[in-house]
Order: sequence, then C-alpha cells, then structure tokens
Amino acid sequence: MSTRYFGQRIKRNEDVRMLTGQALHVDDVNFADMLHVAFYRSRDAHGYIKEIDVSAAQEREGVVAVYTAEDLGDYWQPGPLLVPPPPTIKGLIFNQRTQVPLAKDKVRYVGEPIVMVVAESRYIAEDAAGDIWVEIEPLPAVIDIEQALSEDAPPIHDDLDSNLAAHVIQRKGDYETAVQQADLVIKRKLKYDRGTAAAMENRGIVAQWDAKSHKLTVWDTTQAPIVIRNGLAAMLGLSEHQVRVIAPFIGGGFGPKIMMFYPEEVLLPWASMKLNRPIKWIEDRQENFFATTQERGQVHEAELALTRDGRVLGLKHNFIHDGGAYIPYGLTVPLNSQANALGPYATPNYYSEFKVAFTNKPIVTPYRGAGRQHGVFVIERMLDIAAKELDLSPIEIRRRNFIQPEAFPYNHEIIFQDFAPLVFDSGNYEPALDMAVEMIGYEQFIKEEQPRLQAEGKKVGIGVAAYVEGTGIGPYEGARITVEASGKVSVASGIGTQGQGHFTSFAQIVADQLGVDVRNVYLVTGDTDQFHWGAGTFASRGAVVAGNAIHSAAVEVRKKILKLASEKLEAAEEDLELADGQVRVKGVPETAINLGSLAVMANPLRGAVRPGTEPGLEATSYFGPESGTTASGVHALIVEVDPETMLVEVKKYVVVHDCGKVINPLILDGQIHGGVAQGLGNAFYEQLHFDENGQLLNASFMDYLLPTALDVPRMEIGHFETLSPLNPLGIKGAGEAGAIPAAPAFVQAVENALGEAGPEILEIPLSPNRLFELVLGVGLTQKTR
Amino acid sequence: MNTLHTITVTINGQAYEREVEPRLLLSDFIRHEIGLTGTHVGCEHGVCGACTILFDGEPVRSCIMFAVQANGHEIMTIEGLTPDASEENLHPLQASFREAHGLQCGFCTGGFLMTLLPFLKENPDPSEQDIREAISGNICRCTGYQHIVDAVKIAAAKMEGQ
Amino acid sequence: MKPPPFEYFAPTTLDEALDYMADYGDEAKPLAGGQSLIPTMNFRLAQPEVLVDLNGLAELAYIRPAAGGVSIGAMTRQRSVERSPLVAEQTPLIHETMPYIAHPQIRNRGTFGGNLAHTDPASELPAVATALNARFRAQSRSGQRWLTADEFFVDLFTTALEPEELLVEIVIPPLPARTGYAFHEISRRHGDYALVGVAATVTLDDSGLCEAARLVYFSVGDKPVEAVQATAALAGQKLSAAAIDAAAEIAATQDIDPPGDIHASVAYRRHLAKVLARQVLAAATARAKQD
Repeated sequence: MSTRYFGQRIKRNEDVRMLTGQALHVDDVNFADMLHVAFYRSRDAHGYIKEIDVSAAQEREGVVAVYTAEDLGDYWQPGPLLVPPPPTIKGLIFNQRTQVPLAKDKVRYVGEPIVMVVAESRYIAEDAAGDIWVEIEPLPAVIDIEQALSEDAPPIHDDLDSNLAAHVIQRKGDYETAVQQADLVIKRKLKYDRGTAAAMENRGIVAQWDAKSHKLTVWDTTQAPIVIRNGLAAMLGLSEHQVRVIAPFIGGGFGPKIMMFYPEEVLLPWASMKLNRPIKWIEDRQENFFATTQERGQVHEAELALTRDGRVLGLKHNFIHDGGAYIPYGLTVPLNSQANALGPYATPNYYSEFKVAFTNKPIVTPYRGAGRQHGVFVIERMLDIAAKELDLSPIEIRRRNFIQPEAFPYNHEIIFQDFAPLVFDSGNYEPALDMAVEMIGYEQFIKEEQPRLQAEGKKVGIGVAAYVEGTGIGPYEGARITVEASGKVSVASGIGTQGQGHFTSFAQIVADQLGVDVRNVYLVTGDTDQFHWGAGTFASRGAVVAGNAIHSAAVEVRKKILKLASEKLEAAEEDLELADGQVRVKGVPETAINLGSLAVMANPLRGAVRPGTEPGLEATSYFGPESGTTASGVHALIVEVDPETMLVEVKKYVVVHDCGKVINPLILDGQIHGGVAQGLGNAFYEQLHFDENGQLLNASFMDYLLPTALDVPRMEIGHFETLSPLNPLGIKGAGEAGAIPAAPAFVQAVENALGEAGPEILEIPLSPNRLFELVLGVGLTQKTR
Repeated sequence: MNTLHTITVTINGQAYEREVEPRLLLSDFIRHEIGLTGTHVGCEHGVCGACTILFDGEPVRSCIMFAVQANGHEIMTIEGLTPDASEENLHPLQASFREAHGLQCGFCTGGFLMTLLPFLKENPDPSEQDIREAISGNICRCTGYQHIVDAVKIAAAKMEGQ
Repeated sequence: MKPPPFEYFAPTTLDEALDYMADYGDEAKPLAGGQSLIPTMNFRLAQPEVLVDLNGLAELAYIRPAAGGVSIGAMTRQRSVERSPLVAEQTPLIHETMPYIAHPQIRNRGTFGGNLAHTDPASELPAVATALNARFRAQSRSGQRWLTADEFFVDLFTTALEPEELLVEIVIPPLPARTGYAFHEISRRHGDYALVGVAATVTLDDSGLCEAARLVYFSVGDKPVEAVQATAALAGQKLSAAAIDAAAEIAATQDIDPPGDIHASVAYRRHLAKVLARQVLAAATARAKQD
C-alpha cells in the first residue's frame, strides 16, 4: 500500500464545496412554481380548541390553501413510535402518546401546529397565518416535572389518569444490602434543566410531487432519510421506489433532526401531492424554539453507599424525566441516564427507577449526549461529595472504583437503550485519568497555584469528570462500493451527514483497501435513490456502523479486483498489490493494470458474464453490531469565578478521550471541541426558561445564549486507543463524547473555586445570576467582604 | 403596500436589476432572487452572523436589511471569494479553513469568511484574543471555534505575503 | 420571521425626509440603521405602515468639532464614531463605550442617532449621552428644537420626538476641567445587552474634593437612570474608597429600582450596580486627578 490514510489528519473532501458556497442545503432547492408554508401555532400550552376561523386567511391574495386537522381526513394519524420500550425490561409501564400532524380538539404545548397555510411566498403565508383566529379554552399548564406527576395535575392526555408516561425499574445486585454494609451513605437531590440543540440551520422540507413520473421527491433536513422515505411511502400509499428522500448537506443535527416524524414532514409531501406543486417550509429561528424537539429536564434523588476507603458498594437513584407533550422517541433518553449513572465504575449494587412525565412543553428527544450527561452528573457529583466526606482526593476516589482493564467485557446487568444488556466491550480508564491529571497539572494546581491565587482573593477551582459513552449501536448500516471506469471509486450509503466529515473519513477507509487516492473516493449519502437501506446518523454510530459496513464492502471489492487482476496479469493474487490506483505485481511495477481499465473489463460490452459471477467491481455489505461499543474519557478544567460578578472564566480545559481506533484525528478533535462547547453552553449559558403558563421566555438568540468564541476556551486533547472487539476496525463512536462530561466537570470546578464556604452545587445549568443566589444562600458574599 | 421598486445591486462584481417588494429581506434577495445560496440564514434577527456579507466592503447582517436598501450598492458574498470554486483557486482564507478543519457542517462558514476578510486586511497579524473578539459576532455550533481560530492564524500568515 | 408589508420611501435630502414624516405622521417610522427595527419587524412585533429610509441622507453623516466638544450627525454609523480620532480625542467616554455595542457587523450598519432614538433601556449610548450632558437636535418641517438628555429620553422605547420630527444631530459638550470619566457593564457574553451598565463622570475642585459627579445606569429601569442621591452624597467629599463604597451602596439601594428577569434578579442587579459603581467612580476619580 502506497499511502495509509487510516489514522491520518486528512483535509476534508467536502470542504471545497462548503467553503465556496456550493454545498446544497434544503432551503437552496427552488422551483419556479413552488409554494411556501407557514403555520399557525398554538399560543397556549394547554387547552381545548373551541373554534378555528381561517376565512380571512383563505381570502388573502396569494394564499393557495389553508388546512386544519379536519381537512386531513384519514391522513390525520398520530406519528409512529420511533423506539419502543425495551421488551426485555420486566414490569415496565409505557403510555404511548405520539405527536399529531395538526392539533385537533386539544393543544398540548405552545408552538404545536394547528393550521397550515400554503401561499405563493413565505411572506404571504406569514401574513395569512396572522389572519387566523383560534379560540382556545385554556387548561392549567403542567410545567414543573415533579408537579406533573402529582395527583391534582390535570392530565395532558385526557384518556390517561395522570401524566405518567412511563415507569421503569432496573436493578443489579441488591442495593439495600449495600447500604447495610456501607460506612457512608450520601443522599442528594440533583436537577438538570432544559436546553435546545440550536443547530445553525433550522429544519426544512421541500416536497415535489411529479404527477407525470408519479414520483415524490422530498428534500429534508433529517438525520434519517431512509426511515422517512419508508414512512412516507406507507402513509401516502406509494411504493418505496416512488419516494425519494434526499438529506443534502445539513447545517448541524445534534439529535433533534433524527426525530421522526415531525408534523411538517408528514404535511408537506401530502400537500404537494394534493396541490400538484412543489412546496417548501423552512423553519425559522423562532419556530425552532417550539417546533423542534428539546432535551435535558430531569430531577434525580440519588444515594451512594460506600466503604470508608471510598469503594462504591451501591448506587440508588429515582428520577423523573421530562418527556414533553408526547413521547415518540420512547425511553432512549432516560435509559441512557440510567446506564450512564454507572459511569466507568464497578458498582456491584444498583437500583434505578425512573418515571417519565408528560408536560405541556415541546417534545423531548435525544440531543447530543441524549441523557448520558445526567447520569454522569449524578455519579460524578456523588463521588465528589463522598470524597469530601471521606477526606479523599477526587482523583483517588475515582481511581479506586474504575472497572479494571482485565474485567472486560464488563456486564452491568441492566438493559441499555439498544435493548441489549449493558456490557462494556473494552476500556482502560486509569491511564486516561492519569493523563488528564498530568495534562491539567492537577497536583501543582492543588498544592501551589490554588492556595496562592486564593490567597490573592482569586476564586480558582478545578474539576475532573470521568465518563463512558455507549456508542455505535445497531441495528445496521450498509454501503455499496463501485470502481468506476474512470478509476474513481464511488461509495453509496444511506446514513446521511450533518458535518461529521463522512466524505473524508469513509473515503479514508476505502482508499486504504483499494489503493487509491482519498480524493478519488466519492461518497454519496443521504439520498434514498442511491442506497436503499439504513437507519441514520445518531447515537455516535456513523463511523462505527457505517464505517464498518464500508470497510466490509471495500474488502469485498478488493477481493474482486485481485481475482480479476490475477487473471489478466497472469499472476497469483498474493503476488499482487493495490497502490496508486493500480493493481501491480509486487516488485515488478511495470506489470500493472489501472483500476479503471479493470472496471471496464469487469463490465464488458461483448462476451457473457460467467455464471456465478457478477458484473463490475462492486460490492454491497452491511454491518450490524449486536450491541454498542463503549467509548470513555476524562475531562478536566480550571476555572476562575469572579467573586463580585459571578462571571466564570475557563482558564484551561483538557480532554483525554478513548474512542478506539481513530480514523481521522483532525476530524475527531473537531468533534470533541464542538461537544465541549455545547457542554459548556449547557453548563453556564443555555437554559430554556418556561413560565408557569408554559410560555417560553427566551425564544430568540438574544436571550438564549449560545457560547461565542470568547466563551469557549482553547482545549488540549489527549488520545488513547483501546480497540473495540465488536467491529473489525476496532472503532468506537465519538460524536457526543465532548458534550457529555463538560457540564458536570464545570460544576465541580466552580464549586471547588468557591471553596469550603461556598455552596454545594447540585444543578445544571448555572448562570452568574444563579451562582449569586446559591452563594448568597450560604453567606459567601458577606464573608468575602 | 406592495409597490415594487426597481433596484440595481452589484454582487460579486456583477450588476443585477430586479423589481422587489420593499419588505424583501436582503438575505432572501441574495439567496432566492439572485440564486447565490452560499449566504445562509440562521436566525433572521441579526444575532448568529451566518448571513454576514460585505456591504460596500464592510461586514453586515443581510437578514436585517431590506433588499431595496441595497440599491446602488456593492455586495460581496462567499461566492465572490474565488473565481471558480475549484480547490486550486481557493482564497487563502478558504484554504486555511480547510487546512485547520475550521468548518464542520459549513452552515456558518460563509458568515465567518465575510467577517474575517476585512478583519485580516486591517489586522494582518492578530493575536488569538483579537481573533476571538473579531468572530464573537458569529456563532458556530459545531467547531467550538478552536479550529476556526487556528485557521485564521494560518490565513494571516498566508495573506501577509500577498 | 418575515417582516410585514409597508410603504417605503428613500428620500435623499433631509427636507424631503421631513416632508414624508409630516405627511405620514403616526403611520411613518424612520429607518436608520435598522439593526433593532428590522429584527423587531421580522418577529412582527412592529408593523409600521410606512418606512422613511434615512440612509440616503449623506448630510446627516458627520462628526465635527463643536465648541470644544463634538457634534455627531444622527445618521453617522456607529463604526465611524468608534473609529473617529476626533471622538477619541474630544469625548473619549463615547470612544470607550462604542465597542460594547453589539458586534462590528451591527455597528457597521447601526447609526449613532438611531441607537439613541430607539431608547432601548439596555442600550449603552443613552446612559452615556446623559452622563455627558449631550444635547439633541430635533427637526421637523416646521422647525427645530434642542433637547437635553433628560428631556429627550422619556420612557421605555420612547423619546420626546413628535411623530413628524427626526433626531438630526447630537452635540456632546466638552468635559469640564479636572474631570474623569469611566464606563463599565456586565453582560453575559461580549456584545450582549448588559445585565447592568453604568457611565460616570467625576469633577474635582481645586483642592481635590468632589465638585460634581454623574452616575448614570442602564438596564436598571425604563430609561437611563441617574443615581442622584449617590452623587449628591459625594459632593464636597474626598473621594476615598470608603466614600465611594458608601455612594455605591446608596446608588444600588436607593437610586435604582431595577427589574428582575431571566438573566438577572432584582437582588443580583442591585449587587452588580454596586460593584460597578465602585469600579467606575474609582476609575473616573483616578482620571480626574490626572486631568
């Protein structure tokens, strides 16, 4: 092999198009006769629809159609349940209630669509939406997740007695026995509030029904085009081959774009068929705060039982998870919280019980981390508090509880979100901790810098958090690889891409197998006409699952190349090598044939293809892991809190990360940086503030604060590679890792900075205002004066 | 209320004459009337910076200007940075973003480039803090900014020789 | 988030603009930089019938010396003010304040007069203009009048301008001798509206005691809020740390009555007001000593 690309910091293939403004996004798709959609959305969080008057909207010039739920007829159906609850968890309660295309009878959150307006321009559609009159008989809004489950809370779904959406208990060993054996039991209540993914590109859909070719084409900002295609075909009574869903370049996904089906995804294709015209809806930023799913509301009551030398005997936690108004995504998020509270630690006894509450807020589905950070927050906080009680260093208590490298595969004996038992495939946690401690300068900071700076009145602190991330879950992905007559190689996969660098990392895998330049590998993804099968980009699975499918297909193509070349060059396969776009005889480079010529020979214009063989240098493969692979890492940071203003500055940030074999370290670093930035946003800047009526008080980028370049610190990254035994490439997922421990680590550092006299911090997100309140609560302000 | 106004706007060196409704946002004009879709729209209230263009040489948010206000003015968009969108002809700023992996989904990138082009002309040798301040009005949700900052440093070095 | 329809006029002279304002009265809204107005329209929180675009009025874009101070045309871009050597020289408090206003992309388009006439209670310039005793020239077809800052800023997003009037010029007088100045604000992120901000001037007498002081807050009320009791307490005093501390306490607890919102509670705003008062009064005093 001439060049090995796997593991190299290769510049991205897709960049040139993006950097020159030539990358196609959904809103870039335009047709001359295109119609535009705007929605009338509920202004009330909870209430009965009494009257809808659309007459003024219908009369407005430029309005083509106005639809309410009634107009949809039988097409009006609650959406599908994306992920059912794991069938293997005993005694589980799950009250399936999924979103509807347009609210009928009742509204359940502010922003729920009630009327769809179709007009000649988006401007006119918005004018017409303003003409609509909807009378709502309001009901009390259910906002607080603890109160949502109280007896006097009005049920959001009238056919249920309460707002209980789900109830799950999972256990390992016997927690009560652990308590009896324990020297110390810590109990705390921890809160985690809502944020939003805020991808820079809002959602959007263009649907084009072509009556003459009898085909529906849909451009959609989805992370799962194939699932959308299949669902739309079924809903619209079309063959899957009549529906083409294209997820072109997407301006960030982060999870909410995997939600299926959003009301707009159901409505636009239907309307295009009905009106026989192309139709577009582009979510605006204000809509995004209501119409796109959100995450993160949970309240935990946690208990940790330990020996006096800091060994964890058992963990118990009861938590309530905010499901929002509907629960189309099943239990993925709270199951992740449940699994991640175990962290990288050997916890012999575990009792975890959660309830999911319906609330009058936007739907909750995974957003980068998908519940994992809640679990990390719980265990990392509890360990820190225990360390203080036991007079241990936070480093030491973690070290004493890590699962040891020889203990893998390690079975946690509970069920994970992929329905498989939670088994960690491989890992080596202590060296990562050591590296992070070294990189952040932990000892020196604690012994020298912190005392010196604190003596100067500076509130500096350090935080360290370890985490694991279950990644790369099934069901499967596939890929078709073809060597073309030009010698270039095409790769088709169904997975879809939102900036992860798939055009490059996947090309690297293929280029190594086939001995071609990485720039000559062309990936098509996210177009259902190019590849029929797949699930989507979520759960940090793209590189693991699609990457291995692509690897497998490349291996098959390589075999075909060698077989055919062996015939043509009259040399044994083992004497051949693939390099520089050629197959050649080792040591005799002039005896060679280039891949393009070989591809032509494999697809001849004359002569029969022999029985039992296939034309072309092409192969299709699938990869479906039985269970997820577990990535891990440690984040450490140093912060300074201004004791007067409670503004916090991150002075240093270190990430040590282990996601198995790394395809492209440059891309991986980028993934981690971005994750940390979102984690820090979650920790200190971003919070959705709902009032008691369910009105979101900060539905704009003026008031929902995304971190800027001045808020995100420079990060240093250390890599470990503990290979996964679950896939041939040995890789683990990395997409969400940066975001998972950042907020918990930040909280620890801030608490550490505020010192012994400061508050114990048991909530995320923080803000200067909230820190001021917390500090006042324990009188720090007076003390520092 | 819907009186159309005839405007002439020069974008990336080419003059366009169009009839527009006064309320048409400049961002929509550039994207949907002219078809230069490299300028992206992220918030439509002037915060995220994705729609930043050069208006008479200065970076401004095109989502909070009306197209009619561009009459007689010169605009540059991301498409104007390079003659043919080929890898060979990338502007040093674009090439640096690629080199440092300064973009992931690429949605915010045009706004960053348009902000940075005049910045680097005025500040040929910026510090990291200078760079971070310069881009603090552009939000990126993917990169955590570090590789963008690295890209600007590389670009500054490249452009200084020019 | 598309703006509602409106009638649009783009006058090229002030007289023409004033004609439109007179003809359309309440229905018309002047469009300066548009950096607040257009987002508000995109949210459909403002639906003016008529916009009179002032961006063609080159005659209102200037920065000139004026009797030791500076005269700034209302349509001068904020970025021009920020970069003006004359402003830096003659009215450095404004020079120091400009970078706090949003981001360069906004200041490139936003105008000095537009910002003041918008009278956002969280905006920096109204408070600074108040502290500097700025004078505002309003003009209509029937004539012109001069207003003080106190007269000009009436209420939340409300000035004393009549519907047919335009703000055309702002004159910043020179600071008296032995006067120092300072500006500071606390915001969540660089460029954000402040949680609390304040501008201060301090004038010392011959013996180094406080002759007069101004302390003008923003983001703590419906318009710029001057801490008159705090500064009254400083008059004739030696500006020691203790005296400044005491004044800051008065400012935070007696002079202001700040609102609470999702970003800052009433108590936190008062606390920040005190912290800021200490900082700016100390900084202004130090500068006054050098003046």
